[in-house]
Amino acid sequence: MCLGVPGKVLVVHETSATVDFWGLRKEIRLDVVDEPVQPGDYILNHVGYAIRRIPPEEVDATLALYEELLKHAVEQPDLMAADIRGEIAAAGENT
Amino acid sequence: MSAAAGFNELKFRDPLRARALLERLGTTLEAIGRTPVSVMHVCGSHEQAIARFGLRATLPRALNVIMGPGCPVCITDVPEVDEGVALARQGVRVATYGDMMKVPGTKWSLADVQARGGRIDVVYSVSQAVELARRIEEPLVFFATGFETTAVATAAAVLDNPPPNFFVLSAHKYIPPVMEIVAEMPETRVEGFLAAGHAATITGWGVFERFVERHRLPVVVAGFEPLDILAGLLRLVELIRDGRSVVENMYPRCVTKDGNLRAQEQLWRVFRPIGGRWRGIAHVPNGNLRLRSEWSRLDARQQFDIDLQALWDAAPPALVQQCICGEIMAGLKGPHDCALFGRDCIPEAPVGACMVSSEGTCRIWHEYGGHPDLSDGGTEVPHYTNAVTAGGRHDFCAR
Repeated sequence: MCLGVPGKVLVVHETSATVDFWGLRKEIRLDVVDEPVQPGDYILNHVGYAIRRIPPEEVDATLALYEELLKHAVEQPDLMAADIRGEIAAAGENT
Repeated sequence: MSAAAGFNELKFRDPLRARALLERLGTTLEAIGRTPVSVMHVCGSHEQAIARFGLRATLPRALNVIMGPGCPVCITDVPEVDEGVALARQGVRVATYGDMMKVPGTKWSLADVQARGGRIDVVYSVSQAVELARRIEEPLVFFATGFETTAVATAAAVLDNPPPNFFVLSAHKYIPPVMEIVAEMPETRVEGFLAAGHAATITGWGVFERFVERHRLPVVVAGFEPLDILAGLLRLVELIRDGRSVVENMYPRCVTKDGNLRAQEQLWRVFRPIGGRWRGIAHVPNGNLRLRSEWSRLDARQQFDIDLQALWDAAPPALVQQCICGEIMAGLKGPHDCALFGRDCIPEAPVGACMVSSEGTCRIWHEYGGHPDLSDGGTEVPHYTNAVTAGGRHDFCAR
C-alpha cells in the first residue's frame, strides 16, 4: 500500500490521466496533485492518485546532489522494478 | 521511451556510486568512533528496498538501522481491525486494501470473515471502492488505512461527491506524532531519523523542524531507490558526527519544504487528528485521522452500530497477546526476540501484524533471512544488528 510509483503521463483527461508504468497503462486520478500535468511529465502515483508532478529540473538537481557526494557503473538485476510491477499489477481493473 | 527506460537512466542504482557512498559511510562512522550508531527509518518502503537490494548486509556493522513504526498495516490497531470484522460479520459489505485482509483482529482477520461468508472486496484504490458503490445499491464501507499519503486519496474521494451508499471507516494514521513518541521512549537508542519521502511529499519537510528543535535529533528525508537511501543514511550519520540537529531534504525531486498544499488542504478539510493507539506502540496524541463531523453522513462509526462487545464476547483473544510487534517497531527488540516468530507466527498464518504486510519487519526478515555472519567461518547465525541480507534466503522454520 505504501509504495509510491513514478510513471510517465501519456494522455491527460479532466480529472485523471493515462500513465505508463514500465509498459503498464493505468488511469490515475489528478485530484490531489498540486500542479498541472502534461503528457511527457513524470508523476508519483500513490494508490491510484498522483501525489506529485516530478519536474525534470528537480530530477537533475537530485542527480547533481549525488554527483557532489561522489566521484566515481556495472549491471545488476533490477529487483525493485519487480516490486513496483507487483504494485502496479495490483491495480487490477483500475485501467 | 518507456517509463522504465527513463527511470533507469536516472542512475539512482549505480553500484559504483553505491560503493563510494558505503565507503564514506564507513569512514564517517569511524570518525564517530563508537558502536553502534543507531538510526531509525519510519517507512515500510525503505525496509523493502533495504532488504531487496541487500543494503543491510553491506552497511557498516557500526551502523544499526532500526525499522520503526513505518508500516501502515502493522500499526492498525486490533480494535480497528475488529470494527471492520464486526461490520462484515453484521452483513455489511466492506472494501479495503489487499494488505489489510490477513491482519489479525482480536480473534479474526477480514480474510477469516470472508472465508465464513462475509462480503469483502479488495481494492487497489479508494476510487475503485467508490466506483463499486456506484454500481450497487447496498451500503459499502471502505475500511481506510494507511498514512497521510493514503489518507489524501480517501479525502479526495470524500470530496468528490461519492454516492450515498459509500461510507468510510477511517483507521488512517499521521506519522509526525509517532516520531515524537519514539524519541521520548526512555529506552530509545535512536540518534536520528530517516523520514519517508512519500509522506513528506504531502506534508513537506518543514513539518519536522519543530521536532528536531524539541528532541535535538537530526532528520533526513530520503527517497526509495538504493542510492537515495544510502545517501540519506550518509547524510544522517554526518549530522550525528557533527552534532547537528537539523532537517535535511535528500529527496528534492519529490519533497519541498511546504509539501503538497492542495493535498494538505483536502486532507485537513476531511480529517481531524485525534489521539489513539497504534498497534503495539502506544497511545499517540494526534496520531489518528478521523472524519470531521461535517462528514458524519459518510462516517461508518456514526452511521452503523458497530457492536465490538458482541464480537469480543464471541471471540476471546488468542496468541496475539504474546506478540511483541510493538517493541519491534519501537526498535527495542528484533524478530528473533519473539517466541512466536517463525513458529506460531509465519506469513501463511500470521499472529502479529508485522508478519502480515510485505512491508512488515517480521515478514521481511522471514522472507529475506538473517545475515550470514561470514566473519567467523560462515556460520549462519542471524543476529539483530544488520540482519537482513537480500538474495540469501534462510528458512527459520518449517513452512
